[in-house]
Amino acid sequence: MKGRVIGGVGLLLSDGDNVMTAIAELPAGASVPADNGAIELIEPVSFGHKVALESIHRGGDIRKYGEVIAEATQDITTGEWVHTHNAESRRGRGDLSPGRDR
Amino acid sequence: MMQFQGYKRSRGPAGVRNYVAVIPVSVATASIADTVAARSDHAVRSTPHQMGGDPPEKTREQIERTLIGVGRNPNVGASLLLSLGTETTDYNKIIDGIAAFDRPVEHISVHEAGGTAATIETAVDVAQQLVGGIAGCQREACDVSDLRFGVECGGSDATSGIAANPAVGASCDLLVEAGGTACFSETPEFIGAEHILAERCPDPAVRERLLSFVDARESAAELMGVDMRGAQPTPGNQEGGLTTIEEKSLGAIAKGGTTPVQDVVSYADELPTGAGLVIMDTPGYDVESVVGKVAGGAQVVAFTTGRGSTTGNPIVPVMKVTGNPTTARDMSSNMDVDVSDILDGESVASAGNRVYETLIRVASGQQTAAEQRRLEEFAINELMPNELAGEPA
Repeated sequence: MKGRVIGGVGLLLSDGDNVMTAIAELPAGASVPADNGAIELIEPVSFGHKVALESIHRGGDIRKYGEVIAEATQDITTGEWVHTHNAESRRGRGDLSPGRDR
Repeated sequence: MMQFQGYKRSRGPAGVRNYVAVIPVSVATASIADTVAARSDHAVRSTPHQMGGDPPEKTREQIERTLIGVGRNPNVGASLLLSLGTETTDYNKIIDGIAAFDRPVEHISVHEAGGTAATIETAVDVAQQLVGGIAGCQREACDVSDLRFGVECGGSDATSGIAANPAVGASCDLLVEAGGTACFSETPEFIGAEHILAERCPDPAVRERLLSFVDARESAAELMGVDMRGAQPTPGNQEGGLTTIEEKSLGAIAKGGTTPVQDVVSYADELPTGAGLVIMDTPGYDVESVVGKVAGGAQVVAFTTGRGSTTGNPIVPVMKVTGNPTTARDMSSNMDVDVSDILDGESVASAGNRVYETLIRVASGQQTAAEQRRLEEFAINELMPNELAGEPA
């Protein structure tokens, strides 16, 4: 396995990541034994999707594989699903080029 | 040293199949090529494509380079080129490029042959003669260092970066250790991971070339003022749990393994033999990307897919590797290696061994799922601004 399985329900790709990848269909309320104590999912998270292991402020880094994979577009709570509704890419953004209307 | 049973060629590395390729010079003869292959021995394979007969110069050069590469691929013993007769794409240049590699090559022009019906009739006869000419070539023991192994991903989901790509990467490491060449590509999917790849290039010139290819893909998006998120990750990737191109890229580069990046080549350029890990600059669109590596001389392609791609190729076996247990079960007739046990604790090294063993068996003649079903997609990368901005995979 690449990374480390947490409680049989999630995968932490690298130590220091602030999201884990669900390796099962996880219902709201599911408990995950994370390193800093158990966290509870506040919503269902599908297989392959990400769960916040700590609270992340708007504009903060989302870390997976030990690298920054996205920026939070709103405050994210521990146990929340992390995807395109609350995180976005910093790369390939021609729409944000200097001099361009947004 | 591990060996495979292949077809030795008078020039270049051994092939893993022994085909006659029927190659249309332009879209005008694409259907004819298909008809000729359908009416011929199973060793006759067509490579139909949609490129016009009078393309812009850079596109024409890319078409010619790609079609020469098809004729030179070690899996192709002989080629039959079909032209309408009016193309500016230079069939003589293609013939010369293939012939320079000691491969028999014939050409038929629809105008000179007297129309479509006469062309098909003549072409079926010529293809049969070419099959007769290569039929004497028998499989014999070849060193695995002859292999140029292309790796590709398509229909990625979160399991691709966790299971299938690391497993295929481990098989690349084994082949590189055995003296072969492994090649991965899809430049848009380096964005966000290029700093990691750059650190793996021992040669500064190779590093600069890699970064310039990535810059070109990303700046094309900036030039056009588009947001790559419309295309990368694709809606399907997103449904599978991938949020950003950075996340997709970090998972995608795992399929090349962990060895140093020894060289970086352009689309459809010949891949060096015995060269270790090599990167090719290709679009993310998987059919065009596979064809780039096939034209580069790859004899086998491993294709990782989480969501369940079915892509094949006319002249090169494409083996599917999935790390998604649902896809492994529901699409078992399209999959060759199931590495989803990685999610239940199988080591990446163990799964990588299984991929490598499958590679050797496929190289020695075992049919892949795509071959059994004659899934033979073929497309040449057309140089278009929107494609430079990043294609869906």
